[in-house]
Amino acid sequence: MANRFMGWVDERFPATQLWNEHIAQYYAPKNFNFWYYFGSLAMLVLVNQLVTGIWLAMFYKPGAATAFGSVAYIMRDVEWGWLIRYMHSTGSSFFFIVVYLHMFRALLYGSYRKPRELLWIFGCLIFLALMAEAFMGYVLPWGNMSYWGAQVIISLFSAIPVVGEQLTTWIRGDFVIGDATLNRFFALHVVALPFVLVGLVIAHIMALHHVGSNNPDGIEIKANKNADGHPADGIPFHPYYTVKDLFGVGVFLTLFAGVIFFAPEFGGFFLEPPNFTEANPSVTPEHIAPVWYFTPFYAMLRAVPDKLGGVITMFAAVLILFVLPWLDRSKVRSIRYKGLIFKIMLAALAISFLILGYIGTQPPSPALTLTARIATIVYFAFFLLMPVYSVIDRTKPVPERVTE
Amino acid sequence: MSKEGVDVRKRRFLTTATAAVGGVGAAFVATPFIKSWMPSARARAAGAPVEVNIAALEEGALVSVTWRGKPVWVVRRTPDMLKTLDEVASELADPDSEAVQQPEYCQNKFRSIKEPVLVMVGICTHLGCSPKYRPEASGGQLDFPGFFCPCHGSHYDISGRVYVAQPAPLNMVVPPHRYQSDDLIVVGEDPGQGEEAA
Amino acid sequence: MMRQLLFALVVLMPMSVFAAGGESVPYHFDANMGNQASLQRGAKLFMNYCSGCHSLQYMRYQRIADDLEIPVDVMESNLMMTQGKIHDTIQGTMPAEKAAEWFGKAPPDLSLAARAHGADWIYSFLRSFYIDDSRPTGVNNLVMSNTAMPAVLAPLQGYQALKHAEEGHEESGGESHGSDEPQFEIVQEGQLNPAEYRAAAGDLTNFLVYVAEPAKLVRYSLGFKVILFLLLFTGLAYMLKREFWRDVH
Repeated sequence: MANRFMGWVDERFPATQLWNEHIAQYYAPKNFNFWYYFGSLAMLVLVNQLVTGIWLAMFYKPGAATAFGSVAYIMRDVEWGWLIRYMHSTGSSFFFIVVYLHMFRALLYGSYRKPRELLWIFGCLIFLALMAEAFMGYVLPWGNMSYWGAQVIISLFSAIPVVGEQLTTWIRGDFVIGDATLNRFFALHVVALPFVLVGLVIAHIMALHHVGSNNPDGIEIKANKNADGHPADGIPFHPYYTVKDLFGVGVFLTLFAGVIFFAPEFGGFFLEPPNFTEANPSVTPEHIAPVWYFTPFYAMLRAVPDKLGGVITMFAAVLILFVLPWLDRSKVRSIRYKGLIFKIMLAALAISFLILGYIGTQPPSPALTLTARIATIVYFAFFLLMPVYSVIDRTKPVPERVTE
Repeated sequence: MSKEGVDVRKRRFLTTATAAVGGVGAAFVATPFIKSWMPSARARAAGAPVEVNIAALEEGALVSVTWRGKPVWVVRRTPDMLKTLDEVASELADPDSEAVQQPEYCQNKFRSIKEPVLVMVGICTHLGCSPKYRPEASGGQLDFPGFFCPCHGSHYDISGRVYVAQPAPLNMVVPPHRYQSDDLIVVGEDPGQGEEAA
Repeated sequence: MMRQLLFALVVLMPMSVFAAGGESVPYHFDANMGNQASLQRGAKLFMNYCSGCHSLQYMRYQRIADDLEIPVDVMESNLMMTQGKIHDTIQGTMPAEKAAEWFGKAPPDLSLAARAHGADWIYSFLRSFYIDDSRPTGVNNLVMSNTAMPAVLAPLQGYQALKHAEEGHEESGGESHGSDEPQFEIVQEGQLNPAEYRAAAGDLTNFLVYVAEPAKLVRYSLGFKVILFLLLFTGLAYMLKREFWRDVH
């Protein structure tokens, strides 16, 4: 019966073909490790944000006079509203944890190298869209940090020469951050950017499946095919990776639930105390800091003494990711076969990124500013020096077949 | 990759078990989302029962309160009014209130808990206008005390029961209500709900 | 790689970013949502001493009655100071403009005060009023200096003078006070002795922490069950994964 039904569908829509191509007979390397959980987890979090976000939009009222109260309404008056809200706020932080780890995997194993440059670029575009989405989402509760965070970030645009002021007014829709800004951010956050994100994710997965997945050894499994035409080191995604990812989902959800139910504020990092006070144009919070996932870039912004210079540095830190495929000239893809220089540089990148993240949460001080400057230089050095060190670095011979 | 020595039964068991637990989990997750659509505390507050004190309500008088956004009338009917209920019965579309337009404890000709006191939603069952109270038969409109809707001319008796061949199809709605005391009516709760005076 | 991950986790551990502020918060308080009696006492204290000026605009009386298991008639007779109904939100009885006129600043709504400032802050605030003749109210407060709020709880606490604020290890009478806590001296006793007042301040703080997030009463127990279930699921998923992956060598 099911077969006849699927037969009818398949004559009209490539359902079984899509299932086979992308899941049941998509051959993925058999040596995926811990770092390979985060792609599917990112999709899970995306679905979480979409569903909880739609539900919140049923009760949230955009508008400077109503937004804050409507969030209180959700937290208290709406049945289970508090849970849906925490799923959404925790989800947004977990989205960035997962995405940062997902990106780090690419740096480890050279997943951005040819022929996966476009895959990487789609990923960078997703990252940009995600940051915009998160920024606007944070404004919606209209707490005092929402307001002042928006104020600071939008005013950065005024640093752009010639058009800066007009551009900033155009973004705000008013001469100050207010109702007009909030309402348009609501439309962009709930409708426009989710469409963009989902579209980019689909493109990202299509690009991946077109060339096939990389793996921790950085070798192309399609180079060694079996008699039946499948990669010798490949295994069908279903059931092996569906089952493995299901386990990953279980671990993830356990951690996710731990935060939602026991520490939704996460020490003031996921939900910040000043945001429990309504937006007040006359009273600035003691420290204006963006949410934790933006703090590395915020630290870079503050490290540069010139406003426009800071803005350029901050954007450059993200945009430089796009050209990474062309900066890496190593003969090998994966860190496993790269030399000491790369390992040091990557460790330095990670550590400097974390240090910058910490500095971004703190009020500025001379010592922290100096550290931020050094860390910013280290961050950029990873990329800018790569065309040189990736060539001179000693590499190890790459195996023919994958290792565990 | 080898498929030798595959314990199919074990695989099927584990798959089923995981799917079952996963399904239960999915049901758990879906529950808050579905329940969130129930009336919120704000809606329940706005729709909360309304108290009406009828100590000062004279015979023949009507007092109106708002409950869940609708006008609810309380009418202290005179004995003469109550006598007309039998006289008009033959001309009514639903004299025994068989259509469920009232709580079962009001399914009688008085359509009330205490015979003289009518508690009724003042909305015509045709298209939703609010009828006029006619305590005295006003020649031309009504032969007996009752209610008359000016929008399309529906006639009701003094218990809100609709006459035959009217634009309105049904008797006017009697909301759930109870007596907190002889003079205090709580509109929106059935007898037995809330705390009742002994 | 694992070390980097661990380092990341350590750095991201809950650090209270905002405790390093300019305000003095001399006392620490662990709120306890499991102590229903304390929450009930706190509710009563709030309604009697605070609700005259401070609203809880996002909280309904009915919610407090349900959550703290207070019967409706007790709620209505003891805990409702306004003309409101039990399902209404808790509005202050003092008109905002009058309040601004009399105190210079309208008393803020306290629905979310505990989440914006923290339990330590609230508890410290309640304990830190001291006599200060330079202020129009005759009192000042260590936690919020030059506050416009009078010492509303003075009938309970009495009045105290400030001997020295924290970190001043000046001795009086040759003793050295090792703690960083401020030193007060009672100049007029209230109805409660210091230990009783500390308990009352704790009750009130507990209540405000609850009001700031009523879901707190349920989310821990619910979370425990959810995580137990997820561990079961994850365990099964792991067994399933391991079974299938026997195929892969």
